[in-house]
Amino acid sequence: MAGQLKEVRNRIKSVQSTQQITKAMKMVSAAKLRRAQDAIIQMRPYAQKLQEMLSNIVSNVDGGTSIKLAEAREIEKVLFIVITSDRGLCGAYNSNVVKLTKATIAEKYHSQYQKGNVIIWNIGKKGWESMSKSGFVTSATFKDIYLNLTFENVQAAAQAAVKAFENKEFDAVEVVYSQFKNAATQEFVSEPFLPIPKIQPKAGAKKSNFIFEPNQEELIAELMPKILNTQLFKAVLDGNASEHGARMTAMDKASENANELLKSLKISYNRARQAAITTELTEIVSGAAALQG
Amino acid sequence: MVLEILTPEKKLYSGDVYGVQLPGIEGLFEVLDKHAPMVSALGKGNLKILKTKTQFENFTIQSGFVEVLNNKTTVLIEGAVEA
Repeated sequence: MAGQLKEVRNRIKSVQSTQQITKAMKMVSAAKLRRAQDAIIQMRPYAQKLQEMLSNIVSNVDGGTSIKLAEAREIEKVLFIVITSDRGLCGAYNSNVVKLTKATIAEKYHSQYQKGNVIIWNIGKKGWESMSKSGFVTSATFKDIYLNLTFENVQAAAQAAVKAFENKEFDAVEVVYSQFKNAATQEFVSEPFLPIPKIQPKAGAKKSNFIFEPNQEELIAELMPKILNTQLFKAVLDGNASEHGARMTAMDKASENANELLKSLKISYNRARQAAITTELTEIVSGAAALQG
Repeated sequence: MVLEILTPEKKLYSGDVYGVQLPGIEGLFEVLDKHAPMVSALGKGNLKILKTKTQFENFTIQSGFVEVLNNKTTVLIEGAVEA
């Protein structure tokens, strides 16, 4: 009896300390989530203005514009940039991203995959671990981006992709990441990154007499890579916020489960304690009765 | 005129100023009040905000763009360091 009591007590202790960890992780994630959301909000005006500038320029160009990065070639080699997190314990976040990547490859680029022409670049260690384990070609990883999540760091990845596209190492680039909706929901998407979809001039945009310096063509050529950098940066920020959101909900669930477990453990502990007391009482009473008898 | 300086990480400056000096890709230039609409690429160099005729604030930038429209100047820059 006493042995069982101790066992239950130990289990209660271990569940309690686990719960403490999950609670702390939840709080930390909540704080990090706030910061990640802030970063998204801070970046928005820049991204919007950049897009606006581009459409201003395109609207003021007579006739079409030819952009090198928008050139659609026959797709032989595909690059996937997969954005996951560096750390685990965030629910199904990472596995969902990986799952979507595999589904997209199977659906859209099956023939390229069979020829071994699908290359994966990972941002985040977790994605790299599971993608390389399932036999995908993962040629570049950017593992430490989250330690210091700045525009410069992310831009390096975007520029490498742009350069590879220009050198015809890849004919299409897709980014798989999770769009941040709120702490509890993420939307997993696979977005085409390159070639750039055709830019339509704004309908009914008035022509202001803009002075362009240098000329429009060169400005667009300068703007395009910046827009791509921003796009990837946004995807990474979104992924980062999603990660913390997912971790927060996962840890909240874990704390809740621990609570339930504790409740049932406490009941069985009390039962065992009660049983021990009853046995002891019976022993004393029957002992006394034997002496008197 | 109104000046707004944006980076991907945050809004660097926003407010009413006398003018701004920018390192254009084809040379340094200055935007003052009621400048004609323009879009220009910026190169590496020094960006100088002229808060008033005598009060300045400097930034070193790597690259960027400027748009002037309706007396509002928007500067988008990367790699800005306060100098």
